[in-house]
Amino acid sequence: MGVRPEVRIPGRAFRPRSGLSARRSYVGYGFIAPAVIVLAALTLFPLGYNVWLSVQQRILTLPFENHAVGLANYVALAQDTQFWHDLLRTLMFTGISVFVELVLGMVLALVMSKEFRARAMVRVSILIPWAIPTAVSAMLWAMFFDPRTGFVDFFLGRVGLPGSHLVWFNSAFFAWIPIILSDMWKNTPFMALLLMAGLQSIPKELYESARIDGAGSWQAFWRVTIPLMQPVILVALIFRTLSALLVFDTVFVMTGGGPGTATTVVAYYNWYQFFTALNYGYGAAISVVITAVAMLMAFLYVRATVRQGGLFR
Amino acid sequence: MKNLWTKIGFVALVTAILVYSLLPFLWILRSSLESNKELAQATNSFLPSALTLTQYHGLFANQDFLRPLLNSLFIAGCATLIAVVLGAFAAYALARLPVKGRALVLGGVLLISFFPQVGMIGPLFLVFKKIQWINTYQSLIFPYLILCLPIVTWILTAFFSQIPAEIEEAAMVDGASILRTIWDCFVPLAMPGIFTAGILGFLLSWNDILFAISFIQTPNMYTVPMALVNFRNAFYIQYGQIDAGVVVASVPIALIVVLLQRRIESGLTAGAVKG
Repeated sequence: MGVRPEVRIPGRAFRPRSGLSARRSYVGYGFIAPAVIVLAALTLFPLGYNVWLSVQQRILTLPFENHAVGLANYVALAQDTQFWHDLLRTLMFTGISVFVELVLGMVLALVMSKEFRARAMVRVSILIPWAIPTAVSAMLWAMFFDPRTGFVDFFLGRVGLPGSHLVWFNSAFFAWIPIILSDMWKNTPFMALLLMAGLQSIPKELYESARIDGAGSWQAFWRVTIPLMQPVILVALIFRTLSALLVFDTVFVMTGGGPGTATTVVAYYNWYQFFTALNYGYGAAISVVITAVAMLMAFLYVRATVRQGGLFR
Repeated sequence: MKNLWTKIGFVALVTAILVYSLLPFLWILRSSLESNKELAQATNSFLPSALTLTQYHGLFANQDFLRPLLNSLFIAGCATLIAVVLGAFAAYALARLPVKGRALVLGGVLLISFFPQVGMIGPLFLVFKKIQWINTYQSLIFPYLILCLPIVTWILTAFFSQIPAEIEEAAMVDGASILRTIWDCFVPLAMPGIFTAGILGFLLSWNDILFAISFIQTPNMYTVPMALVNFRNAFYIQYGQIDAGVVVASVPIALIVVLLQRRIESGLTAGAVKG
Protein backbone atom coordinates (compact mmCIF):
# COMPACT_ATOMS: atom_id res chain seq x y z
CA MET A 1 0.00 0.00 0.00
CA GLY A 2 1.03 3.57 -0.41
CA VAL A 3 2.93 2.77 -3.54
CA ARG A 4 1.12 4.28 -6.41
CA PRO A 5 1.50 2.31 -9.59
CA GLU A 6 3.57 3.98 -12.26
CA VAL A 7 0.89 3.56 -14.85
CA ARG A 8 -2.68 4.08 -13.83
CA ILE A 9 -4.75 2.18 -16.34
CA PRO A 10 -7.99 4.07 -15.71
CA GLY A 11 -6.13 7.34 -15.98
CA ARG A 12 -4.63 6.33 -19.25
CA ALA A 13 -7.99 5.29 -20.44
CA PHE A 14 -9.28 8.65 -19.48
CA ARG A 15 -6.69 11.11 -20.68
CA PRO A 16 -6.54 10.34 -24.38
CA ARG A 17 -10.30 10.49 -24.50
CA SER A 18 -10.46 14.25 -24.40
CA GLY A 19 -8.06 14.42 -27.30
CA LEU A 20 -9.88 11.54 -28.90
CA SER A 21 -13.26 13.17 -28.64
CA ALA A 22 -11.96 16.30 -30.33
CA ARG A 23 -10.63 14.16 -33.15
CA ARG A 24 -13.83 12.16 -33.21
CA SER A 25 -16.06 15.19 -33.61
CA TYR A 26 -13.90 16.23 -36.54
CA VAL A 27 -14.36 12.73 -37.98
CA GLY A 28 -18.07 12.96 -37.19
CA TYR A 29 -18.63 15.97 -39.43
CA GLY A 30 -16.71 14.17 -42.16
CA PHE A 31 -19.07 11.20 -41.82
CA ILE A 32 -22.20 13.32 -41.94
CA ALA A 33 -21.06 15.59 -44.77
CA PRO A 34 -21.55 13.28 -47.81
CA ALA A 35 -25.16 12.43 -46.95
CA VAL A 36 -26.00 16.05 -46.13
CA ILE A 37 -24.32 17.32 -49.31
CA VAL A 38 -26.18 14.80 -51.49
CA LEU A 39 -29.53 15.62 -49.87
CA ALA A 40 -28.93 19.36 -50.09
CA ALA A 41 -27.90 19.06 -53.75
CA LEU A 42 -31.02 17.04 -54.55
CA THR A 43 -33.39 19.49 -52.87
CA LEU A 44 -31.87 22.98 -52.60
CA PHE A 45 -30.63 22.97 -56.16
CA PRO A 46 -34.00 22.11 -57.76
CA LEU A 47 -35.71 24.53 -55.40
CA GLY A 48 -33.34 27.37 -56.31
CA TYR A 49 -33.57 26.52 -60.01
CA ASN A 50 -37.38 26.46 -59.77
CA VAL A 51 -37.44 29.85 -58.09
CA TRP A 52 -35.28 31.26 -60.87
CA LEU A 53 -37.30 29.53 -63.63
CA SER A 54 -40.56 30.74 -62.13
CA VAL A 55 -39.70 34.37 -62.96
CA GLN A 56 -38.78 33.48 -66.55
CA GLN A 57 -40.75 32.63 -69.63
CA ARG A 58 -39.35 29.21 -70.50
CA ILE A 59 -41.48 27.27 -72.98
CA LEU A 60 -39.56 24.46 -74.69
CA THR A 61 -41.55 24.82 -77.91
CA LEU A 62 -40.59 28.52 -78.12
CA PRO A 63 -36.82 28.27 -77.56
CA PHE A 64 -36.04 31.79 -78.83
CA GLU A 65 -38.50 33.60 -76.59
CA ASN A 66 -36.89 32.97 -73.21
CA HIS A 67 -36.93 36.10 -71.11
CA ALA A 68 -37.50 37.33 -67.58
CA VAL A 69 -41.15 38.02 -66.80
CA GLY A 70 -41.04 38.98 -63.13
CA LEU A 71 -43.98 37.63 -61.19
CA ALA A 72 -46.16 37.10 -64.28
CA ASN A 73 -46.19 33.31 -63.79
CA TYR A 74 -47.42 33.69 -60.21
CA VAL A 75 -50.08 36.19 -61.28
CA ALA A 76 -51.21 33.77 -63.99
CA LEU A 77 -51.29 30.97 -61.40
CA ALA A 78 -53.45 33.03 -59.04
CA GLN A 79 -55.90 33.58 -61.92
CA ASP A 80 -55.77 30.02 -63.24
CA THR A 81 -59.21 28.56 -62.49
CA GLN A 82 -57.96 25.10 -63.53
CA PHE A 83 -55.33 25.25 -60.78
CA TRP A 84 -57.85 26.31 -58.13
CA HIS A 85 -60.21 23.53 -59.16
CA ASP A 86 -57.36 21.04 -58.98
CA LEU A 87 -56.49 22.35 -55.53
CA LEU A 88 -60.09 21.95 -54.39
CA ARG A 89 -60.22 18.38 -55.74
CA THR A 90 -56.89 17.59 -54.07
CA LEU A 91 -58.16 18.92 -50.74
CA MET A 92 -61.36 16.90 -51.03
CA PHE A 93 -59.46 13.75 -51.93
CA THR A 94 -57.10 14.35 -49.01
CA GLY A 95 -59.89 14.98 -46.52
CA ILE A 96 -61.87 11.88 -47.49
CA SER A 97 -59.03 9.42 -47.90
CA VAL A 98 -57.11 10.50 -44.78
CA PHE A 99 -60.25 10.34 -42.65
CA VAL A 100 -61.21 6.88 -43.93
CA GLU A 101 -57.64 5.65 -43.53
CA LEU A 102 -57.46 6.96 -39.96
CA VAL A 103 -60.66 5.17 -38.94
CA LEU A 104 -59.76 1.94 -40.75
CA GLY A 105 -56.18 2.13 -39.52
CA MET A 106 -57.42 2.47 -35.95
CA VAL A 107 -59.62 -0.60 -36.36
CA LEU A 108 -56.68 -2.55 -37.80
CA ALA A 109 -54.37 -1.36 -35.03
CA LEU A 110 -56.85 -2.36 -32.32
CA VAL A 111 -57.31 -5.81 -33.88
CA MET A 112 -53.58 -6.36 -34.33
CA SER A 113 -52.74 -5.41 -30.75
CA LYS A 114 -54.99 -8.21 -29.48
CA GLU A 115 -53.56 -11.69 -28.91
CA PHE A 116 -55.10 -14.24 -31.25
CA ARG A 117 -54.01 -17.18 -33.34
CA ALA A 118 -54.02 -15.59 -36.81
CA ARG A 119 -52.35 -12.38 -35.59
CA ALA A 120 -49.04 -12.94 -37.38
CA MET A 121 -50.94 -13.72 -40.57
CA VAL A 122 -52.97 -10.51 -40.33
CA ARG A 123 -49.84 -8.47 -39.77
CA VAL A 124 -48.12 -9.97 -42.80
CA SER A 125 -51.21 -9.65 -44.99
CA ILE A 126 -51.66 -5.94 -44.33
CA LEU A 127 -47.98 -5.23 -44.86
CA ILE A 128 -48.07 -6.61 -48.41
CA PRO A 129 -50.28 -3.78 -49.77
CA TRP A 130 -47.89 -1.30 -48.14
CA ALA A 131 -44.93 -2.80 -50.01
CA ILE A 132 -46.64 -2.98 -53.40
CA PRO A 133 -45.71 -0.04 -55.67
CA THR A 134 -48.43 2.62 -55.72
CA ALA A 135 -48.58 2.35 -59.50
CA VAL A 136 -49.23 -1.40 -59.25
CA SER A 137 -51.92 -0.88 -56.62
CA ALA A 138 -53.55 1.63 -58.96
CA MET A 139 -53.41 -0.84 -61.85
CA LEU A 140 -54.94 -3.57 -59.70
CA TRP A 141 -57.88 -1.43 -58.68
CA ALA A 142 -58.36 -0.02 -62.16
CA MET A 143 -58.74 -3.57 -63.43
CA PHE A 144 -61.23 -4.53 -60.72
CA PHE A 145 -63.51 -1.76 -61.92
CA ASP A 146 -63.28 -2.88 -65.53
CA PRO A 147 -66.35 -4.92 -66.51
CA ARG A 148 -64.24 -7.53 -68.34
CA THR A 149 -61.34 -8.13 -66.00
CA GLY A 150 -62.86 -6.96 -62.73
CA PHE A 151 -65.24 -8.24 -60.14
CA VAL A 152 -66.88 -5.00 -58.99
CA ASP A 153 -69.53 -4.80 -61.70
CA PHE A 154 -70.16 -8.53 -61.55
CA PHE A 155 -70.51 -8.39 -57.79
CA LEU A 156 -72.79 -5.34 -57.83
CA GLY A 157 -74.93 -7.03 -60.49
CA ARG A 158 -75.17 -10.17 -58.39
CA VAL A 159 -76.42 -8.39 -55.30
CA GLY A 160 -78.78 -6.37 -57.50
CA LEU A 161 -77.31 -2.96 -56.80
CA PRO A 162 -77.45 -0.16 -59.33
CA GLY A 163 -74.09 0.97 -60.67
CA SER A 164 -73.48 -2.37 -62.26
CA HIS A 165 -71.81 -1.92 -65.64
CA LEU A 166 -71.58 1.74 -65.03
CA VAL A 167 -68.51 2.95 -66.80
CA TRP A 168 -66.59 4.09 -63.75
CA PHE A 169 -63.79 5.97 -65.41
CA ASN A 170 -66.04 7.98 -67.70
CA SER A 171 -67.85 9.63 -64.82
CA ALA A 172 -66.44 12.74 -63.19
CA PHE A 173 -67.82 11.60 -59.84
CA PHE A 174 -67.49 7.81 -59.92
CA ALA A 175 -63.90 7.90 -61.20
CA TRP A 176 -62.91 9.00 -57.70
CA ILE A 177 -64.16 5.81 -56.09
CA PRO A 178 -61.48 3.48 -57.52
CA ILE A 179 -58.86 6.18 -56.87
CA ILE A 180 -59.79 6.48 -53.20
CA LEU A 181 -60.11 2.70 -52.78
CA SER A 182 -56.67 2.15 -54.27
CA ASP A 183 -55.15 4.85 -52.08
CA MET A 184 -56.87 3.36 -49.03
CA TRP A 185 -55.70 -0.15 -49.75
CA LYS A 186 -52.12 0.96 -50.18
CA ASN A 187 -51.84 3.49 -47.35
CA THR A 188 -54.02 2.24 -44.49
CA PRO A 189 -51.43 -0.38 -43.39
CA PHE A 190 -48.83 2.25 -42.61
CA MET A 191 -51.36 4.25 -40.64
CA ALA A 192 -52.23 1.07 -38.74
CA LEU A 193 -48.57 0.37 -37.93
CA LEU A 194 -48.02 3.88 -36.58
CA LEU A 195 -51.17 3.67 -34.47
CA MET A 196 -50.29 0.17 -33.24
CA ALA A 197 -46.92 1.43 -32.01
CA GLY A 198 -48.82 4.13 -30.14
CA LEU A 199 -51.30 1.62 -28.67
CA GLN A 200 -48.50 -0.56 -27.34
CA SER A 201 -47.04 2.36 -25.42
CA ILE A 202 -50.23 2.77 -23.33
CA PRO A 203 -49.71 1.10 -19.94
CA LYS A 204 -52.04 -1.86 -19.36
CA GLU A 205 -52.74 -0.70 -15.79
CA LEU A 206 -54.79 2.21 -17.10
CA TYR A 207 -57.23 -0.22 -18.71
CA GLU A 208 -57.27 -2.28 -15.51
CA SER A 209 -58.23 0.69 -13.40
CA ALA A 210 -60.76 1.88 -15.99
CA ARG A 211 -62.37 -1.56 -15.84
CA ILE A 212 -62.41 -1.55 -12.04
CA ASP A 213 -64.05 1.86 -12.15
CA GLY A 214 -66.78 0.25 -14.20
CA ALA A 215 -65.92 1.50 -17.67
CA GLY A 216 -66.97 -0.66 -20.60
CA SER A 217 -64.55 -1.28 -23.44
CA TRP A 218 -66.24 1.41 -25.55
CA GLN A 219 -65.85 3.93 -22.75
CA ALA A 220 -62.25 2.86 -22.14
CA PHE A 221 -61.52 3.45 -25.81
CA TRP A 222 -62.84 7.01 -25.77
CA ARG A 223 -61.60 7.96 -22.30
CA VAL A 224 -58.23 6.18 -22.18
CA THR A 225 -57.05 5.16 -25.64
CA ILE A 226 -57.97 8.25 -27.66
CA PRO A 227 -56.62 10.90 -25.22
CA LEU A 228 -53.34 9.02 -24.74
CA MET A 229 -53.01 8.40 -28.47
CA GLN A 230 -53.51 12.04 -29.40
CA PRO A 231 -49.85 12.82 -30.18
CA VAL A 232 -49.50 9.63 -32.25
CA ILE A 233 -52.73 10.35 -34.10
CA LEU A 234 -51.53 13.88 -34.81
CA VAL A 235 -48.25 12.63 -36.25
CA ALA A 236 -50.03 9.99 -38.36
CA LEU A 237 -52.54 12.57 -39.59
CA ILE A 238 -49.95 15.17 -40.62
CA PHE A 239 -47.91 12.43 -42.23
CA ARG A 240 -50.74 11.03 -44.33
CA THR A 241 -52.21 14.45 -45.13
CA LEU A 242 -48.90 15.54 -46.55
CA SER A 243 -48.51 12.52 -48.81
CA ALA A 244 -52.18 12.64 -49.87
CA LEU A 245 -51.83 16.29 -50.89
CA LEU A 246 -48.99 15.24 -53.19
CA VAL A 247 -50.86 12.28 -54.70
CA PHE A 248 -49.64 11.61 -58.23
CA ASP A 249 -49.03 7.93 -59.06
CA THR A 250 -52.61 6.73 -58.49
CA VAL A 251 -54.17 9.47 -60.60
CA PHE A 252 -51.55 9.16 -63.34
CA VAL A 253 -52.07 5.41 -63.68
CA MET A 254 -55.82 5.19 -63.21
CA THR A 255 -57.31 8.17 -65.01
CA GLY A 256 -54.55 10.43 -66.33
CA GLY A 257 -56.53 13.24 -64.69
CA GLY A 258 -59.64 12.46 -66.72
CA PRO A 259 -62.39 12.29 -67.72
CA GLY A 260 -61.58 15.79 -68.95
CA THR A 261 -59.89 17.27 -65.90
CA ALA A 262 -62.30 15.74 -63.37
CA THR A 263 -59.61 13.87 -61.42
CA THR A 264 -56.66 16.18 -62.05
CA VAL A 265 -54.84 16.90 -58.80
CA VAL A 266 -52.23 19.56 -58.08
CA ALA A 267 -49.16 17.34 -58.47
CA TYR A 268 -50.53 15.94 -61.72
CA TYR A 269 -51.22 19.44 -63.05
CA ASN A 270 -47.65 20.39 -62.22
CA TRP A 271 -46.26 17.36 -64.03
CA TYR A 272 -48.55 18.11 -66.95
CA GLN A 273 -47.16 21.66 -67.23
CA PHE A 274 -43.61 20.29 -67.41
CA PHE A 275 -44.02 17.26 -69.61
CA THR A 276 -47.05 17.93 -71.80
CA ALA A 277 -47.42 21.71 -71.99
CA LEU A 278 -43.58 22.01 -71.85
CA ASN A 279 -44.08 25.28 -70.00
CA TYR A 280 -41.14 25.21 -67.55
CA GLY A 281 -41.57 28.74 -66.25
CA TYR A 282 -45.18 28.20 -65.26
CA GLY A 283 -44.51 24.66 -64.04
CA ALA A 284 -41.70 26.00 -61.85
CA ALA A 285 -44.07 28.55 -60.28
CA ILE A 286 -46.47 25.72 -59.36
CA SER A 287 -43.54 23.69 -58.02
CA VAL A 288 -42.39 26.56 -55.83
CA VAL A 289 -45.87 26.90 -54.32
CA ILE A 290 -46.20 23.13 -53.76
CA THR A 291 -42.72 22.92 -52.22
CA ALA A 292 -43.37 25.85 -49.89
CA VAL A 293 -46.65 24.38 -48.63
CA ALA A 294 -45.18 20.87 -48.27
CA MET A 295 -42.13 22.10 -46.39
CA LEU A 296 -44.27 24.18 -44.05
CA MET A 297 -46.42 21.15 -43.23
CA ALA A 298 -43.36 18.93 -42.93
CA PHE A 299 -41.92 21.42 -40.46
CA LEU A 300 -45.04 21.02 -38.31
CA TYR A 301 -44.63 17.25 -38.57
CA VAL A 302 -40.99 17.37 -37.52
CA ARG A 303 -41.87 19.62 -34.61
CA ALA A 304 -44.64 17.26 -33.50
CA THR A 305 -42.21 14.32 -33.74
CA VAL A 306 -39.61 16.17 -31.69
CA ARG A 307 -42.20 17.07 -29.03
CA GLN A 308 -43.10 13.40 -28.85
CA GLY A 309 -39.45 12.66 -28.10
CA GLY A 310 -38.97 11.14 -31.54
CA LEU A 311 -35.48 12.44 -32.24
CA PHE A 312 -33.87 9.57 -30.33
CA ARG A 313 -33.30 11.70 -27.20
CA MET B 1 -73.77 -15.43 -24.52
CA LYS B 2 -72.38 -11.96 -24.97
CA ASN B 3 -68.89 -13.40 -24.96
CA LEU B 4 -69.72 -15.75 -27.82
CA TRP B 5 -71.08 -12.94 -29.97
CA THR B 6 -68.00 -10.83 -29.29
CA LYS B 7 -65.87 -13.75 -30.41
CA ILE B 8 -67.88 -14.30 -33.60
CA GLY B 9 -67.73 -10.59 -34.35
CA PHE B 10 -63.97 -10.57 -33.88
CA VAL B 11 -63.45 -13.57 -36.16
CA ALA B 12 -65.64 -11.90 -38.79
CA LEU B 13 -63.59 -8.72 -38.50
CA VAL B 14 -60.29 -10.60 -38.86
CA THR B 15 -61.67 -12.49 -41.87
CA ALA B 16 -62.81 -9.22 -43.43
CA ILE B 17 -59.33 -7.73 -42.96
CA LEU B 18 -57.65 -10.76 -44.53
CA VAL B 19 -60.05 -10.73 -47.49
CA TYR B 20 -59.61 -6.99 -47.94
CA SER B 21 -55.82 -7.19 -48.06
CA LEU B 22 -55.44 -10.41 -50.01
CA LEU B 23 -58.46 -10.61 -52.34
CA PRO B 24 -56.92 -8.21 -54.88
CA PHE B 25 -53.96 -10.58 -55.30
CA LEU B 26 -56.12 -13.68 -55.63
CA TRP B 27 -58.23 -11.90 -58.21
CA ILE B 28 -55.29 -10.72 -60.27
CA LEU B 29 -53.84 -14.23 -60.08
CA ARG B 30 -57.14 -15.58 -61.39
CA SER B 31 -57.20 -13.05 -64.25
CA SER B 32 -53.59 -13.75 -65.16
CA LEU B 33 -54.43 -17.42 -65.68
CA GLU B 34 -57.24 -16.71 -68.14
CA SER B 35 -56.97 -16.77 -71.91
CA ASN B 36 -57.49 -13.65 -74.03
CA LYS B 37 -60.89 -14.96 -75.12
CA GLU B 38 -62.16 -15.14 -71.55
CA LEU B 39 -60.68 -11.76 -70.68
CA ALA B 40 -62.57 -10.18 -73.58
CA GLN B 41 -65.89 -11.21 -72.05
CA ALA B 42 -67.61 -9.64 -69.09
CA THR B 43 -66.83 -11.36 -65.81
CA ASN B 44 -69.61 -13.82 -65.05
CA SER B 45 -68.19 -15.96 -62.29
CA PHE B 46 -65.81 -15.61 -59.37
CA LEU B 47 -63.97 -18.75 -60.44
CA PRO B 48 -62.07 -19.05 -63.71
CA SER B 49 -63.39 -21.64 -66.15
CA ALA B 50 -60.03 -22.76 -67.54
CA LEU B 51 -56.46 -22.05 -66.51
CA THR B 52 -53.64 -21.29 -68.92
CA LEU B 53 -50.13 -19.88 -68.69
CA THR B 54 -50.24 -18.15 -72.09
CA GLN B 55 -50.26 -14.69 -70.49
CA TYR B 56 -47.00 -15.41 -68.68
CA HIS B 57 -45.50 -16.74 -71.88
CA GLY B 58 -46.63 -13.62 -73.73
CA LEU B 59 -45.27 -11.41 -70.97
CA PHE B 60 -41.74 -12.64 -71.40
CA ALA B 61 -41.83 -13.62 -75.10
CA ASN B 62 -43.69 -10.59 -76.57
CA GLN B 63 -43.12 -7.88 -73.99
CA ASP B 64 -39.65 -8.86 -72.82
CA PHE B 65 -40.66 -8.21 -69.22
CA LEU B 66 -37.30 -9.50 -68.01
CA ARG B 67 -35.67 -6.28 -69.16
CA PRO B 68 -37.70 -3.93 -66.91
CA LEU B 69 -37.23 -6.36 -64.03
CA LEU B 70 -33.45 -6.22 -64.46
CA ASN B 71 -33.53 -2.43 -64.96
CA SER B 72 -35.50 -1.91 -61.76
CA LEU B 73 -33.30 -4.34 -59.86
CA PHE B 74 -30.15 -2.54 -60.98
CA ILE B 75 -31.42 1.01 -60.47
CA ALA B 76 -33.06 0.38 -57.09
CA GLY B 77 -30.06 -1.74 -56.06
CA CYS B 78 -27.52 0.99 -56.87
CA ALA B 79 -29.61 3.70 -55.19
CA THR B 80 -30.01 1.53 -52.08
CA LEU B 81 -26.30 0.69 -51.94
CA ILE B 82 -25.25 4.35 -52.17
CA ALA B 83 -27.92 5.36 -49.65
CA VAL B 84 -26.86 2.65 -47.18
CA VAL B 85 -23.17 3.57 -47.38
CA LEU B 86 -23.75 7.34 -47.06
CA GLY B 87 -26.54 6.85 -44.54
CA ALA B 88 -24.54 4.44 -42.37
CA PHE B 89 -21.63 6.87 -42.01
CA ALA B 90 -23.94 9.76 -41.21
CA ALA B 91 -25.96 7.63 -38.79
CA TYR B 92 -22.80 6.41 -37.03
CA ALA B 93 -21.69 9.98 -36.45
CA LEU B 94 -25.18 11.04 -35.35
CA ALA B 95 -25.60 8.11 -32.97
CA ARG B 96 -22.06 7.87 -31.60
CA LEU B 97 -19.75 10.79 -32.16
CA PRO B 98 -19.96 14.08 -30.28
CA VAL B 99 -21.17 16.29 -33.13
CA LYS B 100 -22.98 19.56 -32.65
CA GLY B 101 -26.34 20.19 -34.31
CA ARG B 102 -27.45 16.57 -34.10
CA ALA B 103 -31.14 17.43 -33.73
CA LEU B 104 -30.81 19.92 -36.55
CA VAL B 105 -29.39 17.33 -38.95
CA LEU B 106 -31.94 14.67 -37.95
CA GLY B 107 -34.81 17.15 -38.20
CA GLY B 108 -33.48 18.39 -41.54
CA VAL B 109 -33.24 14.84 -42.87
CA LEU B 110 -36.81 14.14 -41.79
CA LEU B 111 -37.92 17.41 -43.36
CA ILE B 112 -36.21 16.51 -46.64
CA SER B 113 -37.96 13.13 -46.74
CA PHE B 114 -41.13 15.16 -47.36
CA PHE B 115 -39.65 17.24 -50.16
CA PRO B 116 -42.19 16.97 -53.00
CA GLN B 117 -40.74 14.94 -55.86
CA VAL B 118 -42.83 16.84 -58.36
CA GLY B 119 -40.87 19.93 -57.28
CA MET B 120 -37.64 18.27 -58.49
CA ILE B 121 -38.53 16.94 -61.92
CA GLY B 122 -38.57 20.22 -63.87
CA PRO B 123 -35.08 21.44 -62.94
CA LEU B 124 -33.61 17.92 -63.01
CA PHE B 125 -35.03 17.34 -66.48
CA LEU B 126 -33.42 20.53 -67.82
CA VAL B 127 -30.08 19.68 -66.20
CA PHE B 128 -30.13 16.05 -67.31
CA LYS B 129 -30.93 17.20 -70.83
CA LYS B 130 -27.94 19.50 -70.79
CA ILE B 131 -25.50 16.86 -69.49
CA GLN B 132 -27.13 14.16 -71.66
CA TRP B 133 -28.33 12.01 -68.81
CA ILE B 134 -31.89 11.63 -70.09
CA ASN B 135 -32.80 7.97 -70.56
CA THR B 136 -29.83 6.69 -68.52
CA TYR B 137 -29.62 4.63 -65.33
CA GLN B 138 -27.94 7.45 -63.44
CA SER B 139 -30.87 9.77 -64.22
CA LEU B 140 -32.91 7.56 -61.87
CA ILE B 141 -30.24 6.38 -59.42
CA PHE B 142 -29.43 9.90 -58.21
CA PRO B 143 -33.00 11.17 -57.83
CA TYR B 144 -33.89 7.92 -56.03
CA LEU B 145 -31.47 8.93 -53.28
CA ILE B 146 -34.09 11.47 -52.22
CA LEU B 147 -36.50 8.57 -51.73
CA CYS B 148 -34.24 6.29 -49.74
CA LEU B 149 -31.34 8.26 -48.20
CA PRO B 150 -33.39 10.23 -45.61
CA ILE B 151 -35.25 7.12 -44.47
CA VAL B 152 -32.10 4.99 -44.38
CA THR B 153 -30.22 7.62 -42.35
CA TRP B 154 -33.13 8.01 -39.98
CA ILE B 155 -33.65 4.27 -39.38
CA LEU B 156 -29.93 3.58 -39.03
CA THR B 157 -29.53 6.36 -36.47
CA ALA B 158 -32.36 4.82 -34.45
CA PHE B 159 -30.83 1.33 -34.70
CA PHE B 160 -27.27 2.44 -34.02
CA SER B 161 -28.28 4.34 -30.88
CA GLN B 162 -29.48 1.05 -29.39
CA ILE B 163 -26.18 -0.79 -29.89
CA PRO B 164 -23.98 -0.60 -26.75
CA ALA B 165 -20.86 1.50 -27.28
CA GLU B 166 -18.47 -0.17 -24.79
CA ILE B 167 -16.74 -2.48 -27.26
CA GLU B 168 -15.89 0.38 -29.59
CA GLU B 169 -14.72 2.54 -26.70
CA ALA B 170 -12.35 -0.23 -25.69
CA ALA B 171 -11.05 -0.69 -29.21
CA MET B 172 -10.49 3.06 -29.57
CA VAL B 173 -8.64 3.18 -26.28
CA ASP B 174 -6.43 0.32 -27.49
CA GLY B 175 -5.44 2.63 -30.30
CA ALA B 176 -7.43 1.20 -33.21
CA SER B 177 -8.25 3.74 -35.90
CA ILE B 178 -11.85 4.83 -36.16
CA LEU B 179 -12.47 3.04 -39.46
CA ARG B 180 -10.93 -0.18 -38.09
CA THR B 181 -13.03 0.10 -34.95
CA ILE B 182 -16.19 0.53 -36.96
CA TRP B 183 -15.39 -2.32 -39.29
CA ASP B 184 -14.30 -4.84 -36.63
CA CYS B 185 -16.47 -4.00 -33.65
CA PHE B 186 -19.48 -2.15 -34.92
CA VAL B 187 -20.46 -3.45 -38.35
CA PRO B 188 -21.08 -7.05 -37.20
CA LEU B 189 -23.50 -5.79 -34.54
CA ALA B 190 -25.08 -3.26 -36.90
CA MET B 191 -25.66 -5.69 -39.78
CA PRO B 192 -29.32 -6.48 -38.97
CA GLY B 193 -30.17 -2.77 -38.84
CA ILE B 194 -28.27 -2.06 -42.05
CA PHE B 195 -30.10 -4.92 -43.72
CA THR B 196 -33.50 -3.62 -42.58
CA ALA B 197 -32.72 -0.10 -43.76
CA GLY B 198 -31.54 -1.51 -47.09
CA ILE B 199 -34.77 -3.47 -47.60
CA LEU B 200 -36.90 -0.40 -46.91
CA GLY B 201 -34.73 1.80 -49.13
CA PHE B 202 -34.97 -0.76 -51.91
CA LEU B 203 -38.76 -1.01 -51.69
CA LEU B 204 -39.11 2.78 -51.79
CA SER B 205 -36.86 3.05 -54.86
CA TRP B 206 -38.61 0.14 -56.56
CA ASN B 207 -41.98 1.90 -56.07
CA ASP B 208 -41.23 5.08 -57.99
CA ILE B 209 -43.01 5.96 -61.20
CA LEU B 210 -42.81 9.78 -61.30
CA PHE B 211 -39.06 10.04 -61.95
CA ALA B 212 -39.17 7.10 -64.35
CA ILE B 213 -41.86 8.57 -66.59
CA SER B 214 -40.07 11.93 -66.51
CA PHE B 215 -36.53 10.85 -67.37
CA ILE B 216 -36.88 7.52 -69.21
CA GLN B 217 -37.93 7.46 -72.84
CA THR B 218 -37.27 4.12 -74.52
CA PRO B 219 -38.80 0.71 -73.66
CA ASN B 220 -35.40 -0.92 -73.11
CA MET B 221 -34.86 1.43 -70.14
CA TYR B 222 -38.33 1.04 -68.56
CA THR B 223 -38.62 0.22 -64.88
CA VAL B 224 -41.21 -2.32 -63.74
CA PRO B 225 -44.04 0.10 -62.83
CA MET B 226 -43.43 2.06 -66.02
CA ALA B 227 -43.48 -1.06 -68.20
CA LEU B 228 -46.77 -2.16 -66.66
CA VAL B 229 -48.37 1.22 -67.30
CA ASN B 230 -47.16 1.21 -70.89
CA PHE B 231 -48.73 -2.13 -71.80
CA ARG B 232 -51.91 -0.22 -72.48
CA ASN B 233 -50.46 2.72 -74.36
CA ALA B 234 -50.14 0.50 -77.43
CA PHE B 235 -52.97 0.12 -79.92
CA TYR B 236 -54.45 -2.68 -77.92
CA ILE B 237 -54.78 -3.03 -74.17
CA GLN B 238 -52.94 -6.20 -73.18
CA TYR B 239 -55.13 -7.04 -70.19
CA GLY B 240 -53.81 -10.55 -69.75
CA GLN B 241 -50.22 -9.46 -69.90
CA ILE B 242 -50.82 -6.60 -67.48
CA ASP B 243 -52.37 -9.14 -65.08
CA ALA B 244 -49.42 -11.47 -65.45
CA GLY B 245 -46.99 -8.55 -65.12
CA VAL B 246 -48.65 -7.37 -61.93
CA VAL B 247 -48.37 -10.88 -60.49
CA VAL B 248 -44.70 -11.17 -61.48
CA ALA B 249 -43.99 -7.72 -60.02
CA SER B 250 -45.84 -8.44 -56.78
CA VAL B 251 -44.66 -11.95 -55.92
CA PRO B 252 -41.05 -11.03 -55.01
CA ILE B 253 -42.29 -8.10 -52.91
CA ALA B 254 -44.86 -10.27 -51.16
CA LEU B 255 -42.11 -12.83 -50.47
CA ILE B 256 -39.82 -10.15 -49.01
CA VAL B 257 -42.67 -9.03 -46.75
CA VAL B 258 -43.57 -12.56 -45.63
CA LEU B 259 -39.95 -13.40 -44.83
CA LEU B 260 -38.94 -10.08 -43.29
CA GLN B 261 -42.18 -8.79 -41.77
CA ARG B 262 -40.73 -8.20 -38.29
CA ARG B 263 -37.72 -6.31 -39.60
CA ILE B 264 -39.81 -4.13 -41.91
CA GLU B 265 -42.25 -3.31 -39.12
CA SER B 266 -39.48 -2.45 -36.69
CA GLY B 267 -37.79 -0.32 -39.34
CA LEU B 268 -41.00 1.52 -40.18
CA THR B 269 -41.82 2.34 -36.61
CA ALA B 270 -38.20 3.09 -35.66
CA GLY B 271 -38.47 6.57 -37.03
CA ALA B 272 -42.09 7.01 -38.06
CA VAL B 273 -40.94 6.81 -41.60
CA LYS B 274 -42.49 7.65 -44.91
CA GLY B 275 -44.16 4.83 -46.87
